[in-house]
Amino acid sequence: MTSNVFEYAPAPESRSIVDIKPSYGLFVDGEFVDGHGTSFKTISPATEEVLSEVAEADQADIDLAVKAARRAHTRVWSRMPGRERAKYLYRIARIIQERGRELAVLESIDNGKPIKESRDVDVPVAAAHFFYYAGWADKLEYSGYGDRSLGVAAQVIPWNFPLLMLAWKIAPALACGNTVVLKPAETTPLTALLFAEICQQADLPPGVVNIVTGAGATGQALVGHTDVDKVAFTGSTEVGKAIARAVAGTDKKVTLELGGKAANIVFDDAPLDQAIEGIVDGIFFNQGHVCCAGSRLLVQESVADDVLERLKRRMATLRLGDPLDKNTDVGAINSAEQLARIRELSDIGEAEGAGRWSAPCELPTTGFWFPPTIFTGVTQAHRIAREEVFGPVLSVLTFRTPAEAIEKANNTPYGLSAGVWTDKGSLILKMAGSLRAGVVWANTFNKFDPTSPFGGFKESGYGREGGRHGLAGYLKGGE
Amino acid sequence: MTMSRVDVRKTYKLFIGGAFPRSESGYSYVVHDSKGAFVANAALASRKDARDAVVAARKAFGGWAGKTAYNRAQILYRIAEIMEDRRPQLVQAVRQSEGLSGSRAEKVLDESIDRLVWYAGWADKLTQVVGNANPVAGPYFNLSTPEPTGVVGVLAPQESSLLGLVSAVAPVIVTGNTAVVVSSYRRPLPAVTFAECLATSDVPGGVVNILTGDATTIAPWLAGHMDVNAIDLLGVAGDTELATSLEVAAADNLKRVRRAPAAEPDFAADPGLEAMTAFVETKTVWHPIGV
Repeated sequence: MTSNVFEYAPAPESRSIVDIKPSYGLFVDGEFVDGHGTSFKTISPATEEVLSEVAEADQADIDLAVKAARRAHTRVWSRMPGRERAKYLYRIARIIQERGRELAVLESIDNGKPIKESRDVDVPVAAAHFFYYAGWADKLEYSGYGDRSLGVAAQVIPWNFPLLMLAWKIAPALACGNTVVLKPAETTPLTALLFAEICQQADLPPGVVNIVTGAGATGQALVGHTDVDKVAFTGSTEVGKAIARAVAGTDKKVTLELGGKAANIVFDDAPLDQAIEGIVDGIFFNQGHVCCAGSRLLVQESVADDVLERLKRRMATLRLGDPLDKNTDVGAINSAEQLARIRELSDIGEAEGAGRWSAPCELPTTGFWFPPTIFTGVTQAHRIAREEVFGPVLSVLTFRTPAEAIEKANNTPYGLSAGVWTDKGSLILKMAGSLRAGVVWANTFNKFDPTSPFGGFKESGYGREGGRHGLAGYLKGGE
Repeated sequence: MTMSRVDVRKTYKLFIGGAFPRSESGYSYVVHDSKGAFVANAALASRKDARDAVVAARKAFGGWAGKTAYNRAQILYRIAEIMEDRRPQLVQAVRQSEGLSGSRAEKVLDESIDRLVWYAGWADKLTQVVGNANPVAGPYFNLSTPEPTGVVGVLAPQESSLLGLVSAVAPVIVTGNTAVVVSSYRRPLPAVTFAECLATSDVPGGVVNILTGDATTIAPWLAGHMDVNAIDLLGVAGDTELATSLEVAAADNLKRVRRAPAAEPDFAADPGLEAMTAFVETKTVWHPIGV
C-alpha cells in the first residue's frame, strides 16, 4: 500500500493570482469602512502563516450595517422590478465565474481545502446559485410563496464552505427583494471580502449587501438586532438552539442549517467499488468538515470485512498535503481549535473501546492536520457514533436486516442527510422513505445543486436552502 | 305516585392512545356554561397525562405516517361523517360552551364538518402542490416531497371550542403527524365529544390525544419534551409572555414552532396551506441516472 507506483510530482496552483491586502475593513453601504472592535488575524491553516488583519464589527458597526440594509431595502431594492434585480444577480454569477480561479485559490489558502474542491465544487456551485436565483427574481408570483420580501436578512455562515455558504444565503435573499448583512466565519473571511469587491464591480446598489466580520459576539449582535426581519444561520446545533431562543417572541423568520451525523448504509448487493468511492467522498471530502458528512458507515454484516478491506486500501491512496497542490485529496483542518476537537473525540473513541485505524500518510510539520481515520467495532452508545466530529473520522457499525439499518440510522437527534447503497430499486425507495433525514443520497453522496432543496429534520435545523423551497424563507407568503 | 326518570350523566374524560382515562392525578375541574351554570366536572390533565399522551402519539406515528394518503383521506372524511351523525350532541356542546344561538351553533358545526372534508381531500394532494422534481445539473433523478414532522403538540384555541379545535388538529394529522392536543380550558366539552367522534372514526389510537385542562400549566411540559417535534401555540394567542417562554423551551430540541397570533383568528376564513406546511419536512432524494 505504500509502494511509490503512484508518486506524483508536486503540482501547486500558483497563488500569484490573489492579492491579499494586509488589512480589511467592513463592507457597509457599498464601501469598506473601519470596524470599531478589536481586529483579528486570519491565517492559512496549512502553514499557520498570517494572511491578513481583519476588522471586527461591534454593536455600533452592526447597527450601521443594518441601517444601510434597511435604507437600501426601502428606497431601492424592494422597489426595483424583479427583472432588474435579476440582472444584478446574473452579473454577480458571471463575475464569480470570471474570477473563479482567484476565488478558488483564495478559498484554499484561507480555508485549507484542496484546490480541486474549491475549483470544481465551491466556486462553480456558488456561481450556479446566483445564476439560478437570478432567474427567480422576476418569477416570484409563480413560486407559491407570493412576491413580497421580508426586509433585512441577518445571515451568519460557517467556515467549511465560506463562499458557497455565502451564495446559498445571499442569492435567494436578494432574488426575493431582501437586503442582507452577512457575517462570515472568523477563520475564513477573505472570500466574503472579495465578494464585496465583486458587488462593487457589479454596481450593486450600496447597502443591498453588507459584510461584517467578527466572531461569535458579532454574530450574536447581528441576529439579535431588533431591526432585522430574517435570521439565516448555518453552523453548530448548539449555536442554532441559542439563536432559536434569542428570536423567541419576535416576528423574525428563521432558517437553521445545523449539525448532522449521517448514516451511510451499504447493503450486501451494493456495487462495492462505487460504494467505496461514496464512503470516501462522504466522510473525507473537505476533510470531513461537512454538516451532511456520512460519518456513520452502516455496513451489512455479510460484506463488512470485504468493505473494510477495500476501504482501507482506498484510503491509503488518499493524498494529504498542500491544499494548493492539484493532486491533493485531503487538505488542512481549518483551525487549531477544530483539530483539538477532532483529536479529543478520536481519543474518546479509542478509550471507549473502538478500533482506530488511520491511513498511513505523512503529516506536514506546520499547520493543522489529521489523517483520514476510521473506527471499527463502534456501538450506538459510543460518543463517536453520536456526536458530530466534523473531521475526517468515520465510525463503522454493522447491521443484518433493513429494519435494523433503519433503526440504527434514525437513532440520532440529527436528521440532515443519509446515504443508501444497493442495487435493488425497491429497497432504495423503502429506505429513502424510512430515513428521517432531509436529503437522501442513493448510490451517490454529497451532491449539491442550486435547484435541489437542502436542510434537516429534527435537531439538524429547519427551513430549506436551494430550489423553489429555498425561496420560502425569504418571502412573506412562505411558510 | 309517579317518579320522573333520573338521567345518566356522562363522565368527561381524557383521550389518550384511543382510550378514555381519567387524569392519573385524580384532579378534575368544574366546567360552567356560558351563563355560569354548572355543567360537568372535566378531567384536569397533569404533566404525567401529557407525557403518557406523547408516548401514545410516538407509538402511533409510524403506522399513521405509513398509511397511504388515500387511506388517511378516507379516515378524515369518516370523522366528518360521524360528526354529521352526532349533530344534536355537538350543537348542544357548542351552544353550552360558547353561548351561541341554535342557528349560530349549527353554522359552527357546518363549518367544522366542512373544514374536515376540505382537509381530508388534501391528504393526497399536498405532496403534488408543495413537492418538486428538481432539474439538477447532472445525471441524477432528484425529487423533493413533504413528510410529516412527527409528534406535534397542539394548543387548541381558547374561544373557538369546536371549529378552532378542528382547524388546529386536522392540518396536523392529515399529513401523517400525530398530535397531543390541549383543549380550551373554559370550553373543553366539545373537545371531549370530538374525541368520541375520533374514537369511532377508524382513527388509530394515539394519532390524536386530547387533554382537557389548562394550557398554561401543561404546555411548558410539551414545549420542553424532547420527544415532541413541533408545537402549535395557537391556544396561547395574545399571551406574549407565555408564548415566548414556550418558544424558548421548544428550542431545546429545535421544535418547529407555529407562533401564537396576537389574537385568535377568524376560523371561518380560508385557512390556506400554512397550517399544514408548518408541520411537514421537505425530503430530497437523489439517484444517479445511467446504465
